[in-house]
Amino acid sequence: MISVSNLSKTYKDTTVLSIDSLELSKGEIIGLVGNNGAGKTTFFSLLLDLIKPSTGYIENNQIRVDESEDWKSTTAAFIDESFLIGYLTPEEYFSFIAGLRNINKADLDSFLNRFNTFFNGEILEKKKYIRDLSKGNQKKVGIAAAFIGAPELVILDEPFANLDPRAQMQLQNLLREINQELGCSIFVSSHDLLHVSELCQRILILNKGELVKDANRGEISLDALRAFFSEEIEASNEITPSPTDE
Amino acid sequence: MLRTLFSLELKSLFRSPTWKQNLWMRILIVFAILYFVLIFLSLGVGAYYIIEKAQIGEPFEVINRYLIYYIGFDIVFRYMMQPMPVTNVQPLLYQNIKKSTVVHFSMLKMLYSFFNWSHLFFLIPMSIILTIEGQPASQITTWGISIYFILLINNYLNVLVNQRNTVFALVASVVLGSAALQYFGIFDITPYTQVFFLALFNHSWLIIPVFALLLIIYYSAFSHFRTRMYLDAGLAKKSERTISISENYFNRFGKLGLILRNDVALILRNKRARQAVFAGFFFIFYGLLFFTGAVEAYESDTWKLFAGIFVTGGFLFSFGQYVPSWDSQYYPLLMTQNITYLDYLKSKYTLIQVFTIATTILSSWYLIFGLEVFSYVILGAIYNLTINSVIVLWGGAYVRTKIDLTSNKKAFGDKNAFNYRTLLLTLPKIALPLALYGGFNYTLGPTAAKISIVVVSIAGYFLKPYLFKTIISIYQKEKYETLKAYRS
Repeated sequence: MISVSNLSKTYKDTTVLSIDSLELSKGEIIGLVGNNGAGKTTFFSLLLDLIKPSTGYIENNQIRVDESEDWKSTTAAFIDESFLIGYLTPEEYFSFIAGLRNINKADLDSFLNRFNTFFNGEILEKKKYIRDLSKGNQKKVGIAAAFIGAPELVILDEPFANLDPRAQMQLQNLLREINQELGCSIFVSSHDLLHVSELCQRILILNKGELVKDANRGEISLDALRAFFSEEIEASNEITPSPTDE
Repeated sequence: MLRTLFSLELKSLFRSPTWKQNLWMRILIVFAILYFVLIFLSLGVGAYYIIEKAQIGEPFEVINRYLIYYIGFDIVFRYMMQPMPVTNVQPLLYQNIKKSTVVHFSMLKMLYSFFNWSHLFFLIPMSIILTIEGQPASQITTWGISIYFILLINNYLNVLVNQRNTVFALVASVVLGSAALQYFGIFDITPYTQVFFLALFNHSWLIIPVFALLLIIYYSAFSHFRTRMYLDAGLAKKSERTISISENYFNRFGKLGLILRNDVALILRNKRARQAVFAGFFFIFYGLLFFTGAVEAYESDTWKLFAGIFVTGGFLFSFGQYVPSWDSQYYPLLMTQNITYLDYLKSKYTLIQVFTIATTILSSWYLIFGLEVFSYVILGAIYNLTINSVIVLWGGAYVRTKIDLTSNKKAFGDKNAFNYRTLLLTLPKIALPLALYGGFNYTLGPTAAKISIVVVSIAGYFLKPYLFKTIISIYQKEKYETLKAYRS
């Protein structure tokens, strides 16, 4: 589904991302974790051809994303609020996306039914523009819209952030259901190790732009994930001892 | 405290992405400011002598007579162009600063605005000239200061009415209406206002009530802001009532219809976009300068064509030159969805066409100046519909101004609009038709000149697919740069 070759992104002298090779197969839920500045959003932006790679390329279904636009019909994403049109109501936004993906009104309505509990009665028929919704509700709109038209790959950046605890649980279940029913790949990033370890079949850890861990769920437990990040803290403590140690 | 706030303000100015972006723009801003300063300066120095030479009366009396229009247009321009004092107050709210200090600062900051200090370049030289020409210096001083106070009253009045379009419409129609009434010799308001301004001169003490009025207006604007300094009041994001747009109508256009519907929503639901439409309609009256013989230099036919292009092209210029910036807030979405550049551009193109036709119809009142005058409007419309509506989309690819649709940033804030490539593209938009017309008019006469414009327009129409292709390749080439500019 996705194949990455010699990919790197450099700004002036700093390399923010460098992945030699990576293959993602179809139908998986893949989690991407890493600290701030690890390169998660850069990687997603490269996948969506929103920035140009310094070297290498990404293929999506054998299509190079920086050369052709054909991947757009099978890929959807929700990265941040720049994927929402603030002056539309959620209904209008959904029907805009559905139109672009050739989904008719009836199919859209039955698709949205699935999200009824997730929306918690705060999204549809509220006569509000998206820009007037809370951050959490905006996120719900963006996530739901990304799945319209059953794309083969859906990329979600930090889908759990800003959601209340109940919505986080619901979202996990929804993603699992949709993944099983439609067989689509879902690529999520998260700062929440618990969500990632519960949801994802494959987990990638990025650190300072490099892929430092690539494991299937069976191979890495939540504790191991936690250990990975706490080791890093200890390592950095050794280099710069805190003032209290003196 | 005020000094700390002031230094914050300077930082926000010099660190803003638009300012840092390129040298060209900074140079152009400086030039634009110098240009206006020069205009004010030369008016200030020259007004007296121009009036004297024109022999329309005693210059000082004439100046006093027409001052009302100076002040009237000042408030209209302020409303349309002057940015509101939006100090980013929210972070200051939690700090150890008195709220009233913050508000006073935001209000006093306005005095440094171009809209306030530029008048000094007019008033000071004019007062000096008047003194040289024999008016008593002390009286001229109080007179000049009083007028400046009135302009400052305009400033704070504008703050008060800025949110209310109806108040503005009222003021604008009074100003424009009285100008029209005067032009057609029906009713002349100026002798009445002249009495007032001459009184400011004859009775120096009148400066005191004028100043008192300024203080009153200042404090009402102050308290207007002060009472709204709460997260759930003036600083709160207002949730608007939605305006519904029929889906069925647009469905028949397929994917183009989807985008077109969004564009209609864009215009109806965003203040910033509505302003562009508004400015477009204002251009309809621009022709008055040219067709009425109000300005001698504009008498020639070529200038009339110039007027025709602007009268019918107001929306084209005010909206068109910011495509695709109107969509800057969600450009990443458009870049990852199944939207072809052609559909995207066609939607904007259709919108521009519709508005150009509408303004042409609205401009038909120029028929009262005769068929000849109206023919320039039609010529301008033809050229706009066929050539300019495409070229303007070309220029937009280079503008890359991030537009915050919900904010009230005025035309002057979009400094990025001045960059050398957009300036170059004004050549085919305006200079080409004028040169063509001027050239033919001079050699073969006006009919040939008019035909030449029509012929070029027809040629442009057939070149449209090719032009679209070129523009699309530019949009594609500029994609990453554009995305980057919109992100910052």
